[in-house]
Amino acid sequence: MSENGLVIVLIAMLGGAIRVSTPFMFVALGETLTEKSGRINLGLEGNLVLGAMVAYAGSYQTGSPWLGVLFAGLAGLVLGAMHGWICKLPKVNDIAVGIAFMSFGTGLAFFFGKPYIQPTAPRLEAIPLGWWSSNPSIAQALQVNPLFLVGIALAVFMWWALANTRWGLIVRMTGDSAASARAMGVSIDLVRLLATAAGGFLAGVGGAFLSLYYPGSWNEGLSSGQGLMAVALVIFARWDPVRCVWAALLFGAAGAIGPSLQSIGISQGYYFFNAAPYILTLFIMIASARSKSAARDVPGELSLAK
Amino acid sequence: MIRSSINRRSLLKAGAAGLAASALPFGLARAQTPIVLGAVYVGPRDDFGWNQAHAVAMDVLKQVPGVTVIEEENVPETDAVSKSMESMINLDGANLVLATSFGYYKPFVVESAKKYPAVQFRHAAPLWNKDTDPANAGSYFCYLNQAHFVDGVAAGLSSASGKIGFVAAKPIPSVLSNINSVLLGARSVNPNATVQVIFTGEWSLPVREAEAANALIDAGCDVITCHVDGPKVVIETAEGRGVKSCGHNASQAPLAPKGFITGAEYKWETIYKIYADALAKGEALPNFIAGGYHNDMLRNSAYGAGATPEAIKAADAAIEGLKAQKPIYVGPLKDNKGNVVIDGTKDNYDPVLDGMDYLLEGVVGSTT
Repeated sequence: MSENGLVIVLIAMLGGAIRVSTPFMFVALGETLTEKSGRINLGLEGNLVLGAMVAYAGSYQTGSPWLGVLFAGLAGLVLGAMHGWICKLPKVNDIAVGIAFMSFGTGLAFFFGKPYIQPTAPRLEAIPLGWWSSNPSIAQALQVNPLFLVGIALAVFMWWALANTRWGLIVRMTGDSAASARAMGVSIDLVRLLATAAGGFLAGVGGAFLSLYYPGSWNEGLSSGQGLMAVALVIFARWDPVRCVWAALLFGAAGAIGPSLQSIGISQGYYFFNAAPYILTLFIMIASARSKSAARDVPGELSLAK
Repeated sequence: MIRSSINRRSLLKAGAAGLAASALPFGLARAQTPIVLGAVYVGPRDDFGWNQAHAVAMDVLKQVPGVTVIEEENVPETDAVSKSMESMINLDGANLVLATSFGYYKPFVVESAKKYPAVQFRHAAPLWNKDTDPANAGSYFCYLNQAHFVDGVAAGLSSASGKIGFVAAKPIPSVLSNINSVLLGARSVNPNATVQVIFTGEWSLPVREAEAANALIDAGCDVITCHVDGPKVVIETAEGRGVKSCGHNASQAPLAPKGFITGAEYKWETIYKIYADALAKGEALPNFIAGGYHNDMLRNSAYGAGATPEAIKAADAAIEGLKAQKPIYVGPLKDNKGNVVIDGTKDNYDPVLDGMDYLLEGVVGSTT
């Protein structure tokens, strides 16, 4: 690979990280919040797809993409709240409910999304942060969507709030030891309901990014399992919001390797390079999740950990 | 197998004729075997692409009296398609199945055809082989590469850099032929033109398609075209980046008001009309139908703002040439590894081209 080619691939990875990571980031942050409260919501793929559909429809109907984002969040909130409410009933398994909600969310989105495949809705605008560079591909790579910045700010805020606020303490306590939460007079069902609903909201917003910014249109193959991957990223990031951002960026960057290698003429083995994100995730999982400290990071009440 | 089905058909016809003769004047129309047609699509029916082109043309068949069309979309090219076809046959009584995606054929359509000899199967790719495959199966196909050749001509004269980007799904013969035809079209008007291809590996992966389009534009391509199931994302990405685009499968002109040049479109309705006429008359469906510009099975989308006047003129001339069966593959042609792959001139429907597994010299990319 020539030096020039290497630069092109690196710029493409930077661009890919910025373009592709946002939905992973939002879903992973939402799932982190939910799992921190002691519950797993595997259904966020459904929230993501429904969010994408609702955002596109909302933007098309109202003419305002930001209203679309809000609607997407609200749709995700409703799905999350339903998950949270069903899971508080006795003897309900949250993983099974999550899988049901995955199908429910995508099914709803496909059903109501039919009329919105054809029209073109107003999309979110990017902020050109690459204005300082004369290199057009760097300028292009640094076209940043506001939601990307919101996601990073949110991750830092969540990281701070979980560690330093009373609300954060309550969420962590509910997730680590339901008995202590009860002793403190905290309603664990309410906390988990709110955490799942808020997580659902974030996943819905992640879906809005897919349909309103990148790739920027609504169709049924839009997500290709990104919501599921993001749930896996939470384990990979060991329930730490800031590490979720890194994981999402890494995943986005790895996804850009395949196309960019082909664009500089390294086109042999593109199936292998296209699998790069998954191979990378697998290796990092093996390297990081073996350690004892990884086991310590798991919220104690998770049905995974029990 | 053939004999028994013909017997049954003629028996029914005789019965129908007898009934008509003995009783009411509209007896004949009533007494024909009701046709239940099961159509299987790999993606959504309104994907701005392959499936939409089929679904729109399916209306021709829905108009035929006595034909009921049942459709299933989003059926993957796996065992799932066998199950879909079986449930259409066993639960809905389908006696004609149209499997519209390339990967359905082997082993799924072939196996199902062996299992249900009374049901007719038609598959949309030139894969049926009369020596080895069941007689109740068959193929229908339009050689879209002819329309892609026209795209190439128009793109070659509308591009400033002479670099055309191609986002492709899988390296199968029909995709490779489209890529090569874009190159030959572009080279027919600009001998220095190149086509750079990125394979995504799947028929529908919107995020990777957008990534591929961006990578091609970053590499200097100023016209982007594609062969994926739903070209919407690729065309919109190109338009958003301010480069020109050529469409595929259905018209994407509304998606790119500034940069759209033209696009390669199927006219499946021509084939479905042949099926519909055969069904209406109670005749057997042809096993193999293939066509292109010369028999009205293709069209190019109306020119958009991206097409320059000379591009439109040259593209119109190319269409006239194809209607008169002017060959696209005129040898000797080398692949992009330097081997001579086509030595003489090939007819546009030469079966040798159906086995294409190479990219011509001038295409940047690899099939593996």
